[in-house]
Amino acid sequence: MSRMLHIVACIKQVPDTKIIKMNPKTNTMDRSSAPAILNPYDSHAVEEAVRLRARYGGVVSVLTMGPPPAVKAIRKCIEIGADEGYMITDRAFAGADTLATSYALTKALEKIGEIRPIDVIICGKMTIDGDTGQVGPGIARRLDMPPLTSVNKVVEINQAERYTIIHRKLEDGHEVIRSTLPCLFSVEKDINDVPYSTLPNMLRAARYQPHIWSVSDLGDIDKTQLGLKGSPTIVSSVWAPQKPQGGKLLEGEPEEQIRQLLDVLLERRELFEVSAGGGAS
Amino acid sequence: MPEKFDAIVVGAGPAGIACAYELGKAGAKVLLIERGEYPGSKNVMGGVLYRKMMEEIIPDFHKEAPLERPIVEQRFMMMDKTSAVTFSYKGLEWATDPFNNFTVLRAKFDQWFASKAVEQGALLINETVVLECIVEDGKVVGVRTDRPDGELRADVVVLADGVNSLLAKSLGFHKEFRPDEVALATMEILKLDKKIIEDRFNLEEGQGCTIELFGDATKGILGTGFLYTNKDTLSIGVGTLLSGLIKHKIKPYELMEYVKMHPMIRPYIQGAEPQEYLAHLIPEGGYHSMPKVVAAGVLVVGDAAQLVNAIHREGSNMAMTSGRFAAETIVAAMGRGDFSEASLDEYRKKLMGSFVGQDLKKYKDATHHFDKFPQYFEQYIPMVNRAASQMLTVDGSSKREKQKKIWKEIGPAKKKLKIARDLLRVWKVMK
Repeated sequence: MSRMLHIVACIKQVPDTKIIKMNPKTNTMDRSSAPAILNPYDSHAVEEAVRLRARYGGVVSVLTMGPPPAVKAIRKCIEIGADEGYMITDRAFAGADTLATSYALTKALEKIGEIRPIDVIICGKMTIDGDTGQVGPGIARRLDMPPLTSVNKVVEINQAERYTIIHRKLEDGHEVIRSTLPCLFSVEKDINDVPYSTLPNMLRAARYQPHIWSVSDLGDIDKTQLGLKGSPTIVSSVWAPQKPQGGKLLEGEPEEQIRQLLDVLLERRELFEVSAGGGAS
Repeated sequence: MPEKFDAIVVGAGPAGIACAYELGKAGAKVLLIERGEYPGSKNVMGGVLYRKMMEEIIPDFHKEAPLERPIVEQRFMMMDKTSAVTFSYKGLEWATDPFNNFTVLRAKFDQWFASKAVEQGALLINETVVLECIVEDGKVVGVRTDRPDGELRADVVVLADGVNSLLAKSLGFHKEFRPDEVALATMEILKLDKKIIEDRFNLEEGQGCTIELFGDATKGILGTGFLYTNKDTLSIGVGTLLSGLIKHKIKPYELMEYVKMHPMIRPYIQGAEPQEYLAHLIPEGGYHSMPKVVAAGVLVVGDAAQLVNAIHREGSNMAMTSGRFAAETIVAAMGRGDFSEASLDEYRKKLMGSFVGQDLKKYKDATHHFDKFPQYFEQYIPMVNRAASQMLTVDGSSKREKQKKIWKEIGPAKKKLKIARDLLRVWKVMK
């Protein structure tokens, strides 16, 4: 009989960017202006892990890196149904870009793997404060696992034969991929709906104390690859996108509106024509 | 099998948190259930927190709680349309430990207070609505929430679910409150530079001031307005009996705008930017509106029990004290292993014997009186304003002439007699 499936979801606490204010002087996010929430994509990652556990049995762990208050995000994952929560927190991690973050998380995942070997790592597609989607693939690369991005359906996980079949979301359909285990998924929001948590899960989350590790708990670690020091990315400027100005609202019956629209498009046909010999890129 | 607690407290406001805190401290297995995203997210008050009752729960709380400013001056403004008679007390004995009271922002303060209850061992869950109490053999034995597998058991359920207490209502403790038993308060939090606040309100750094507004602030409707200083915001609001709003066909936000635009108020809030808008009902029925507060396996505390002294704008202090009494009663009942109505009635006795019950009794007719005789707000405050204006305007007439004129303006002898009678009536309901 094969070992129990172990799924680890990597999650992050983020400021709720739906309501965050930008500091107009420094062009940075005023993090105090918005409450900290579990990155919405990550809640789908945890939910998918919980659903896979329901199908195949096993254990769901979550891992986060962040300041101490990020414990709240772990509790949220326990509410969704995760079994265990791990958090790495240390001043040395502060200021990390996606490269340094994926390094630190990889070190923590190696340690979790020593406790219980990992079969699947699930990340949300991206975070709503960074919008890069790089950390998941970064971890996969470092752990030498196949990175399966844009996953919107897990068809099968076969623990005994060590493979999984998933769907990757494409603009005009989906791709069916078979991969070996262990591997990493980064999941789309439409992979599942996160239901209202049960009361026993709420109580368990309220009582739950996660495993908390600092740099010194992670053993063999290259400190130059951590935090600001280990981050080659420089944010040179940030700005809020300008709302498009102008525009014209067409009025009248639908037929009349279509006629007007066609007139406008024909007038500007050169915008849509592909120059000879070139082709759209 | 649903989990069982010694006590489940429904609602994380001052009453519920105080109760959970004391129960946790006494070693009881207590669960605090809040429907908002976090304690304080749905809670509203003008913003004055009284030190004494808070201190009875957490001594020295002011050293770590997120407070805005200690109040060193309390002003009372009796407003007419373009004038106001103000009296005030400012005392620097209120500026130092132990202080008198503080302004607070509830979203911050309640979160902190709840975290202290959790430190004492209370379990807190948010975003969970208690739909009903589970009643078996005439006893409350638990609650049913809106979550899957959402039932829980407890020896005692404490209803701290606020002014509209649907749970107390569904147990038949009270009927739907009448519009003259509840006030509707709306308030805004306005952002303003710290230094500007201190300059405008004549305060030293860090000190605070409260202004209570009477008369034209509510367009003569029974109620009051307020303007409080926080660290770098002002809290401004107005509350009137719901019946008054209905009778005068005024919408609450119109009244709020009216106060903000009032020439006696506008200069204070000039340039301040609205940050939050809040509205809430306040139970102002007082003693006569108090529901049943004890039954087998259940206690009612705070706003849910209508514990508000509208005349002295006190509520959170009564709420905390009631929560504390409820906790003490439950601990004693746990010792006896008896959660019957007779055993839990100790709570009601404590409550009615304390300042909470005494004050509610003292003012039991006050709100009704002012509601029944609107002339105090509608006529007498403008009259006081006119008199002050007469007396203080230097126009060449002698002071005796001025006094005569004021006396004459009040009206014929019959009117004067009526005023004297009204003043006597006020004395009777307030004494």
